[in-house]
Amino acid sequence: MSHAAPAATAHYTSMGLDSRKMGFWAFIGSECLLFGSLISTYLVYQGRSVSGPTPSEILNIPVTSISTFDLLMSSLWMVLALAAVQRGDMKWAKVWLLGVAIGGAIFIGFQIYEFSSFVREGLTLQANLFGCTFFILTGTHGAHVTVGVLWMLTLWYRAMRGKLGPEHAMTVEIAGLYWHFVDVVWIVIFTLVYLLHK
Amino acid sequence: MQETHAAEHPHPTAATYIRVAVILTILTVIEVGVFYVPVFHPVLAPVLLSLSAVKFAIVVMFYMHLKMDSRFFTLLFGGPLLLAAVVMLGLLFLFGVFAFEH
Amino acid sequence: MSEATGLKSWLTTTDHKRIGKLYFWTAFVFFLLGGFEALLIRAQLAKPDNTLISADTYNQLFTMHGTTMVFMALMPLAAAFFNYIVPLQIGARDVAFPRLNAFSYWVFLLGALFMNASWLLPHHPAPDGGWFGYATLTERQFNPGPNIDFWLLGLQILGIASLAAGFNFIVTILNLRAPGMKMMRLPVFSWMTLVTSFLMITAFPVITVALVFLMFDRVFGTHFYLPQAGGDPVLWQHLFWLFGHPEVYILILPAMGVVSEVLPTFSRKPLFGYTVVVYSGVLIGFMGWGVWSHHMFSVGLGPIADSVFALTTMLIAIPTGVKIFNWLATLWGGQIRLTTAMCFALGFIALFTIGGLSGVTHAAPPADLQQTDTYYVVAHFHYVLFGGTMMGLFAGMYYWWPKMTGRLLSERLGLVHFWLMFIGMNLTFFPMHFIGLLGMPRRIYTYSHDLGVDSMNLLSSIGAGLLGLGMIVFVFNMWRTRRHGAVAGPNPWDGATLEWSIPSPPPVHNFDVIPTVTSRLPLWDAPPKPVPPPGHIHVPAGSWWPMVAAAGLPVMALAPLTHTVWIVFVGAAILLYGIYRWAYEPFEV
Repeated sequence: MSHAAPAATAHYTSMGLDSRKMGFWAFIGSECLLFGSLISTYLVYQGRSVSGPTPSEILNIPVTSISTFDLLMSSLWMVLALAAVQRGDMKWAKVWLLGVAIGGAIFIGFQIYEFSSFVREGLTLQANLFGCTFFILTGTHGAHVTVGVLWMLTLWYRAMRGKLGPEHAMTVEIAGLYWHFVDVVWIVIFTLVYLLHK
Repeated sequence: MQETHAAEHPHPTAATYIRVAVILTILTVIEVGVFYVPVFHPVLAPVLLSLSAVKFAIVVMFYMHLKMDSRFFTLLFGGPLLLAAVVMLGLLFLFGVFAFEH
Repeated sequence: MSEATGLKSWLTTTDHKRIGKLYFWTAFVFFLLGGFEALLIRAQLAKPDNTLISADTYNQLFTMHGTTMVFMALMPLAAAFFNYIVPLQIGARDVAFPRLNAFSYWVFLLGALFMNASWLLPHHPAPDGGWFGYATLTERQFNPGPNIDFWLLGLQILGIASLAAGFNFIVTILNLRAPGMKMMRLPVFSWMTLVTSFLMITAFPVITVALVFLMFDRVFGTHFYLPQAGGDPVLWQHLFWLFGHPEVYILILPAMGVVSEVLPTFSRKPLFGYTVVVYSGVLIGFMGWGVWSHHMFSVGLGPIADSVFALTTMLIAIPTGVKIFNWLATLWGGQIRLTTAMCFALGFIALFTIGGLSGVTHAAPPADLQQTDTYYVVAHFHYVLFGGTMMGLFAGMYYWWPKMTGRLLSERLGLVHFWLMFIGMNLTFFPMHFIGLLGMPRRIYTYSHDLGVDSMNLLSSIGAGLLGLGMIVFVFNMWRTRRHGAVAGPNPWDGATLEWSIPSPPPVHNFDVIPTVTSRLPLWDAPPKPVPPPGHIHVPAGSWWPMVAAAGLPVMALAPLTHTVWIVFVGAAILLYGIYRWAYEPFEV
């Protein structure tokens, strides 16, 4: 038992579980309802646009497949980062943490490229139902990725300052849970919005 | 129980993680492939939904460590996930997405 | 160990007891505000063709009355007890995340102030689209001013407070129980807090999405609910009620928890059928997700949907009814003490039952088509929310006041308060069953004499006056008790649960020694033996960062309100900076 362990892990717990981890899984459960509502709206409104660009005209599957692959790989860097932190290998931890941040930034870069080309082709937020449901859904996801990138950069920065170590493994694990969840939501979005478009 | 941490099960090795990443890549390639090959179009939806469900499951079980952790976390995540799925299906029904006649 | 006093100690507090008191007083003020709004409504409706309040102002009054009561009074009053009482009942020193707890409170306060600030601006553009904000009435085309923006932004802020509290109490109740406090030994109030917390974390994301869509429609010209682009206003109703129905269980379950504590104490009998009461609470939580479209029977969902939701709605009456029988069986054969808390708890049973009965009549779509959008519905939900939730919360106030303040509220004044509430409540809302069935619609600022509901409306308004009087008596009781209330010992009511084993009010660390629990009724079955207290007990310090982080949210909300994008980044920066400092400050629970 480490006395430097912060907050809720330093005491007896009735379920023998880390309180922060438990709280975070509850948060992830809550996020399922958030994204579930956004995805439901997207699906309910599919095919109901009165005018404007349609998914088949606009979506670029090859490009999005690359960004999807990038996000999937960033999950790999994340588990490697966690493993490095857990064994105290801070040199590799920094590498992998920065890798996750860069992977996420690349994904956002692709999204910015995608959004701006859609807008140029006439799909704006206001163009039609496809526009508003698509941009809000993927935009909310993108905002989550952005928060994740900031989180990873913060952890990387702390590591660079020598303030991240194996005693903080739980915080890195929780950051990982967030990152993987964001990845998993993208798996759902990629399938339902891109591959199964009408 | 006086311990502060649940006894952590031995972590998957880097090799396991990379294996998962390879499977994820392969599944994604298959998905995109199925999307582009016209003969698969009648079964496109079930195939893609199943493949992405598998991807979802292996990221959650291995990267998010749910398989090795306390079953309570599975409940904590699975409950709201199931709720979200059922609510989504309910809304799709209510909006006539599965309508028999149009 | 002496506790810090002074403003700074309150602003930086992370102590669940202080946060509970902050919630209580803030919520109580908003309860009085919502009540004042109701009095104005009833004054306007006291006679036909009245001109006291204009139509526009009237719309604002009933919108703000509803929104204030639900989100700024009833929920935070319950939260006050979650905060103060649950850690004591489970044998903990605080909640799992004390700073997140403080954050919840500050966000609540700021969200409530944000929305109510609309009253203070020129032409008072307070929200006026109803507490349920139906599109397309709330869209920019039909509501061009900032009224609805205040509503949807304030609600989004308030939602974050509830979400944070939900996460906190789930982890607290599951993970911080004292040794031996198995789940099936948990006091029912703590159980209901747990179920309510799960409902909060699953339901609030849905309304958040609904509100975000509305915000984008109003501010950025999207068409989520606008038919001209293929959107569907009914989507709003679905998303709102997917949240809204679990929300009413969020509102009632805590009060049911209170009643489940008060009845046994003042019957000197254990709760009858504890297991059943707990399971029915859990079941109500689950089933509450399956009934939402019973709020939409007049929308044209079709016979299949109507039938399904009619069935699920009737089914949910079962676990609810079961609880009532268990409460009655608890009373049967008990040694009844009619304290004020007990009177309110008994009042809850009677009045909630009436509200439940009118609720069941809504479950049949053909009957509901007659009732919906009339005062019959207003009668129903006030019976369950006032006769139910508020009476339950008043019971909690009289029950736990000595624990929280060290003094007992006056029983004499309490009974006066109770009778004024009970009579006033029935006088106000019972006539509404008839007024509604005679055809008076909801949400109209006046009515014609021809409708034939003049005298009943007048009765209703007189009843509201009695309620106001009752509240004056209560406020006087609270004020008087400060100096003249009888000093309470640890267990003035001879209660059975752990909160009664420590001094009133408790020391900052709650328990000198965390108890080991061996029964569901620790103080009745196995009174704890005095143990010499240990040396130093660490208590977490205060922190400014939860408040700083919380302040980022209303700043972000100013952006859509003023149509100025860059403000959202300033607000986000405040929020993120607050979170960063919070995450990395030295803090030990």
